[in-house]
Amino acid sequence: MIEHLLSTADLSRDDAVLILDTAGEMENLTDRSVKKLPALRGRTVVNLFFEDSTRTRISFEAAAKRLSADVINFSAKGSSVSKGESLKDTALTLQAMGADAVVIRHGASGAPMRLASAGWIDGAVVNAGDGTHEHPTQALLDAYTIRRHLCGGSGDLAGLRVTIVGDVLHSRVARSNAWLLHTLGAQVTLVAPPTLVPVGVDSWPVTVSYDLDTVLPETDAVMMLRVQAERMNADFFPSTREYSRRYGLDAQRAALLPQRSIIMHPGPMVRGMEISDDIADSDRAVILEQVSNGVSVRMAVLYLLVGGSREGAGETS
Amino acid sequence: MTEEYLLTGARPLGGDPSDIWLRDGRISQISPAGQLSAPDAELIDAKGLVALPGLVDLHAHLREPGREDAETVATGTAAAALGGFTAVHAMANTDPVADTAGVVEQVYRLGQAAGYCDVRPVGAVTEGLAGEHLAELGAMADSSAAVRVFSDDGHCVSNSLLMRRALEYVKAFDGVIAQHAQDPDLTVAAQMNEGKMSAQLGLQGWPAVAEEAIIARDVLLADHVGSRLHVCHVSTAGSVDLIRRAKERGIQVTAEVTPHHLLLTDELVAGYDPVFKVNPPLRTEADVMALREGLADGTIDVVATDHAPHTGEDKDCEWAVAAFGMVGLPTALSVVLATMVETELLNWQGVAERMSVVPAQIGRVNDQGRPLAEGEPANLVLFDPEARWTVDPGIFPGASRNSPFKEMELPGRIVSTFYRGTSTVRGGELQW
Repeated sequence: MIEHLLSTADLSRDDAVLILDTAGEMENLTDRSVKKLPALRGRTVVNLFFEDSTRTRISFEAAAKRLSADVINFSAKGSSVSKGESLKDTALTLQAMGADAVVIRHGASGAPMRLASAGWIDGAVVNAGDGTHEHPTQALLDAYTIRRHLCGGSGDLAGLRVTIVGDVLHSRVARSNAWLLHTLGAQVTLVAPPTLVPVGVDSWPVTVSYDLDTVLPETDAVMMLRVQAERMNADFFPSTREYSRRYGLDAQRAALLPQRSIIMHPGPMVRGMEISDDIADSDRAVILEQVSNGVSVRMAVLYLLVGGSREGAGETS
Repeated sequence: MTEEYLLTGARPLGGDPSDIWLRDGRISQISPAGQLSAPDAELIDAKGLVALPGLVDLHAHLREPGREDAETVATGTAAAALGGFTAVHAMANTDPVADTAGVVEQVYRLGQAAGYCDVRPVGAVTEGLAGEHLAELGAMADSSAAVRVFSDDGHCVSNSLLMRRALEYVKAFDGVIAQHAQDPDLTVAAQMNEGKMSAQLGLQGWPAVAEEAIIARDVLLADHVGSRLHVCHVSTAGSVDLIRRAKERGIQVTAEVTPHHLLLTDELVAGYDPVFKVNPPLRTEADVMALREGLADGTIDVVATDHAPHTGEDKDCEWAVAAFGMVGLPTALSVVLATMVETELLNWQGVAERMSVVPAQIGRVNDQGRPLAEGEPANLVLFDPEARWTVDPGIFPGASRNSPFKEMELPGRIVSTFYRGTSTVRGGELQW
């Protein structure tokens, strides 16, 4: 098993399946009346959030607390970008406080890797989203959700067809999912306007399409990405209405999906833009389930990275 | 102070062992080894060492005035001497900007005071590097600093009309515009080469076309007005191709490549270590190979370091907020040895041309880049091509440690540097 979770590209198939299996065990726990394991008792997990993300932070906080860890929330809005305390000094402070794991969300791509490799801290680093790079636990919870619905909750995702739609260029969710789903055996198709597909995508283990309608009939799970407000007026596409017409998922488009397909969104959604109101609330949408699975998956990650079971995990991988 | 040296057994441009007698700041005599006697000269055993004319850098950032915490003219020229240079051009992006006669004269005098090498200030093309109005180019040319190279380096003179005017205007005093070719619109917030690695790493791309489009425009402008154009730090295969074709058409364009672009690729960005963050960015293996080929066939005229010191706090941070740039003076010749000589793309004659003779011509630097011949100024470097060293930026003279070659083993070592007959470096050590 890996030492830090920085990128899903670092996960082998066995590592990834182990995390998903462990998440399954964690989920069983949450059905009990006392939702707590003593696994991380006496350990300190720091949530170091340089960007606002209440959802992700709460999810990690719940995960760490259910494992009995001591949780410190360090909201460092105004990072070195705005000439506050530098990432390095923040890291050294956390090290001095004895953090066993640092869960970091940062606006700069690669900040978690700097934290893990610059020699500032000893603890495990979990990437909770870095710039336009990766968001590994989001991909893991997405894979977990897909596996539960379409693979009976075990094994990998061999043969499944997953379509990711939207702003791939700036999406850390798309990157993490592309590597992870491929590692787990799924066929990944990215659908976006050409302006929102990165130059260099040809080296990714995915297929790229500009036409959502032709891809949907061959899709087992469709993942709609959020279009961030700052992209809307930057001429990546002419208007939000045009984007919505060509790449939004409405009832008419959703009807193109095979019967058992599921609809996903990492949240927060822009209803009426990338996904229509009725589809977001439909039975095929598993969006809220993704949220609850997030806690189980993050428990699994913290447990495997910090819980002292690295030897055991090493044997499986 | 009169210094007099007899260098015994040195190999001028890698040729036969010779004795070289330096006296009164000039090369007094050169003879086949063992035939010279200079009773008053200090003997320096140069057996097996290659003698080259003192290197001339067309592109360095000495940071003074303004960022003395990163580098000063004194420490920057000391680093230059350690790297075998006897002349460096100091870029204009200081604080205040070198856009007036006052600032360029200050930098020029600081260079004289340090005494390690000639400092040739580069004047800004536009006031404050803002790209809006021409700076007083003539005043800088007429100043004691006698500026001949003008550049907004760090910024592109992107306005086509302003670039045209600048190219035309400097003809009056035989100046040259050294363009930092970077289309600003195509590189907003750019962080690294746009391609496979940027797609993977989620860093904003700096596409090759942003450099190439400006070079294409500028060679056409230079052709139209009949001016000299110099292209700074060429980094892409497409740029090499454009410059090659421009030269074939007889356009007066010269170009430089940095040592780091001859050796390193964007794969190194994978660890997000900002020591590899530089502008223009590290490119791909194919670009590196095209640059080497272009330097070998003369499409690219010179190697220039783009020595860009930065303090620890400007580099020991997350990638996006880190400063662009790498220190390069002490390692330049070793990198050229590794990438161009050991690969048999260039011989020592070729190295001397690209690192001394031609940069001196482009910068119109008198008494530099001269042949190793009797009566010529005693600017020369003794270099051991067989030595190997592991780069330790901790031993560099300045405060900055941002060498991308840190911990890398490089071939060749500067043993001695002589600047106008004065020994600035001996046994690989600075003399003061």
